[in-house]
Amino acid sequence: MNPARKRTVRLVVALSVAVVLASALIYTSFSAASPALSPSQLLHQAQPGRSYLLTGTVLAHSVVRNGAVLDFSVADRAGGTAVPVAYTGTVPDPFKEGREVIVTVEKQGGEYVGERNSLITKCPSKYKETPSSEKQPS
Amino acid sequence: MATLGRVCLLLALVVCVYGIAASIYGVRTGRFEFSESGRRSVYALAGILTVAFAILEVAFLHNDFAFNTVADTSSRTTPTFYKAAAVWSSQEGSLLLWAWLMSLWSSLALFLTRRRIRDVAAYATAIMLGFGGFFIALMVFYAQPFATTHPAPSEGVGLDPLLRFPTMMIHPPMLYSGYTLCTIPLAFGMGALLARRVDAEWIRVIRRFAFGAWFFLGIGILLGARWSYSELGWGGYWGWDAVENASLMPWLTGTAFLHSLMIQEKRGMLKVWNVSLVLATGTLAIMGTFLVRSGVLNSIHAFGGQTLGVPFVVLIAVLIASSIYLVVSRRDMLRTEHRLDSLLSRESMFLANNVVLVALCFVIFWGTYFPLISEALTGHEASVGPPWFDRYTVPLALILVLLSGIGPVIAWRRATLANARRNFLAPIAVALATLVVLLAAGVTGKPGAIAMFCCAAFVIGSIGQEFFRGVRARRAMADEAPPTALVALVRRNRRRYGGYIVHVGIAVLFVGVAASSSFQHASELGLSPGQSSRVGAYTVRYVRPTASVTPDYDSASTQGGRELSVVIRAEPGVTLGPDTARTGATLSLGAVLDVSKGGHHVITLRPSEGFYASEEPTQGSVGHLIGGQPVSHVALDAGVTRDVWTAIAPNIETPQLKRIIALGNRTLPYIHPGEGMVAIAAMAAAYMKSPPQAQFHLIVSPLVMWIWLGGLIVVGGALIAIWPAPSVVRHPGDRTLARPRRARPGSRLSSARSPFTGF
Repeated sequence: MNPARKRTVRLVVALSVAVVLASALIYTSFSAASPALSPSQLLHQAQPGRSYLLTGTVLAHSVVRNGAVLDFSVADRAGGTAVPVAYTGTVPDPFKEGREVIVTVEKQGGEYVGERNSLITKCPSKYKETPSSEKQPS
Repeated sequence: MATLGRVCLLLALVVCVYGIAASIYGVRTGRFEFSESGRRSVYALAGILTVAFAILEVAFLHNDFAFNTVADTSSRTTPTFYKAAAVWSSQEGSLLLWAWLMSLWSSLALFLTRRRIRDVAAYATAIMLGFGGFFIALMVFYAQPFATTHPAPSEGVGLDPLLRFPTMMIHPPMLYSGYTLCTIPLAFGMGALLARRVDAEWIRVIRRFAFGAWFFLGIGILLGARWSYSELGWGGYWGWDAVENASLMPWLTGTAFLHSLMIQEKRGMLKVWNVSLVLATGTLAIMGTFLVRSGVLNSIHAFGGQTLGVPFVVLIAVLIASSIYLVVSRRDMLRTEHRLDSLLSRESMFLANNVVLVALCFVIFWGTYFPLISEALTGHEASVGPPWFDRYTVPLALILVLLSGIGPVIAWRRATLANARRNFLAPIAVALATLVVLLAAGVTGKPGAIAMFCCAAFVIGSIGQEFFRGVRARRAMADEAPPTALVALVRRNRRRYGGYIVHVGIAVLFVGVAASSSFQHASELGLSPGQSSRVGAYTVRYVRPTASVTPDYDSASTQGGRELSVVIRAEPGVTLGPDTARTGATLSLGAVLDVSKGGHHVITLRPSEGFYASEEPTQGSVGHLIGGQPVSHVALDAGVTRDVWTAIAPNIETPQLKRIIALGNRTLPYIHPGEGMVAIAAMAAAYMKSPPQAQFHLIVSPLVMWIWLGGLIVVGGALIAIWPAPSVVRHPGDRTLARPRRARPGSRLSSARSPFTGF
């Protein structure tokens, strides 16, 4: 085989492999992804057995520990609808009532069960609702 | 002071605009005195931003709460070291640090290239000043580090306790140095394309800066992982968080560039690829900065607020569009001088290594930005988690480690069977021996981890063989003792052997990652004093609770402090003094844990959780003293073979403890925190008297220390590789000539055996 033809064949093979791998990447990312929903969206859209990424703020006075299970409610950022979550696993240090959290949940019967070790809390140093630098620059 | 700071920023902006105009005018008209003036503008920018940064530092150290950023991120009770480092914990301060570091690195780059590639450097100057101007404009118009409030508050909010960890304070300057250094090759790459000088000269000029960017980014990533493992109460070092990924992506493309640039230097190949990698690395560095500041993706590390998103999107769009235009319009000049002779050659292995690194970067990019991609394509935001990342990154990492063992020993141009037998027999034997030992030791069920151990053994075998042969050759020629021959071998070809050491470090690091993620035992449970739990082969017993109260606001000498001392003395078990981690926690509650194995005592660990003061008046005079961010202080028994990692989450929400706080809030005045501390001491005493069940997180992970050891080996190898070779070290007073070469048998040997001089 002459060198030019050899190079063309190599290029075609390499590009074909790249296309196949990229297609697999795209397909698996869509099939493995968990939709990110607010509490009000979750109440309307959740189907049993499917994982969702629940985002919102921890409702005040909702955090109760029952042995290994941490019960809390996640409310819409603007307030209003809240969803109760039963969670087990690592609880990040910044977790607190009023803080913004992200937790992977699954609807099991009538309740939402948090996936083990999936709770993420936004670092409060980076999450300032009204820092003084935005209040009153002089 | 604040006014002077604001003037500095305005002056810096003017200097940037002037420097850009002078550089471009100079290079376009051939009047290089203007380009020279543009270069000096960068020095001036560095000087002005140094003054601005010093002003902000002084404000932090002097508790000048009139500065909004000081009031938001520092306080009188914040330890001094953390006050100095708190400058870059805020959005505004970190922008100033970014711009300052960029001006310093740019000054160094332009100083070192002041007599070389003047046309390329002139364009590069304009681009670097463009970046500087962009960040300064952000500070002038959006996030102002010198904004003040009058009257100044009497106390600040304090530095987030999660950040009160030494490595976390060094981590941002390292990461920002990496990010800012990434922009220098980008500026010179664009400069070379604009000046139509795409030979290997600009590559030689930026090589050390590309290496520096890779080095600092790597240290920053490693420190961040160490902080996550040692400070955050989850026991992991990598979570595929968007901001973590943002720093890894330019590191991966930078690694690819450091390998492929050698192909351009040696054989004039991969010019389009190299310039694309440089532009991609710089753009990814800017995208990483954007990710942290825009709030566009959910990340625990991202700053809140969306105000900086739009300017960054504009900058990134301009960078991508101009990069594509320049590469496409100059494609004729970027034609390769040679072609691959064989798929079994060092060039091919380097190319394969580049493809794997870029594929890794693409996978991480896709997963990181998937929420945006998904929303754009389907209208619904969705995210992929760590299992998705692992599915692709694990096999790619295996191939990468394997290639890092093949690359250094395979022949250039075309490998023959004899060459392969000579170079691969010993490494393959080491890998197979490792497999036999693992199977004999009963290590089964984790094929990915076992494959990684064998690949790492292959790398260590191939690099060890290279060192052995080099030492043997030196001994034969110079009759040196083995240690002397080894040192001389490395000294004579630092870039090559430093690179080899980096490969060994990466292999060791991956062994640690594979072992700790595959063979970890973890347990999360509630325990009361006297109860035990098994984790792997270890038994952990909760012996007794601990409590320490830190006198706040230097109040030990006040009336409240004296009362506090009396209370503490009356309560056995409660200690008075700074928390063990010395991070300024008001109250620290923990446990004494007895760790044993097979009935034999192994170690006693003391994890605790620190409770910090907040500036929230609604929490009451006592409640606010512990109302801030609680932070785990992990207790760890680190060893070469395994780590025993423990964290505790004490329960302070019991009715008894709540009653003490409520009583204190009602009876103690807000204005004397020392007296409020008496109630905290009483609370600690009550906790010690009848401790409630505490939540424990216990982990036994094998070979975690190998991750940090691997990182240190990488740093050591990189320092050897980046250090100037003896032949280019100049004598004092000799400004032009290199030191005369003495006989260098090792160097000649290296050259004779292979033209490869890097890793």
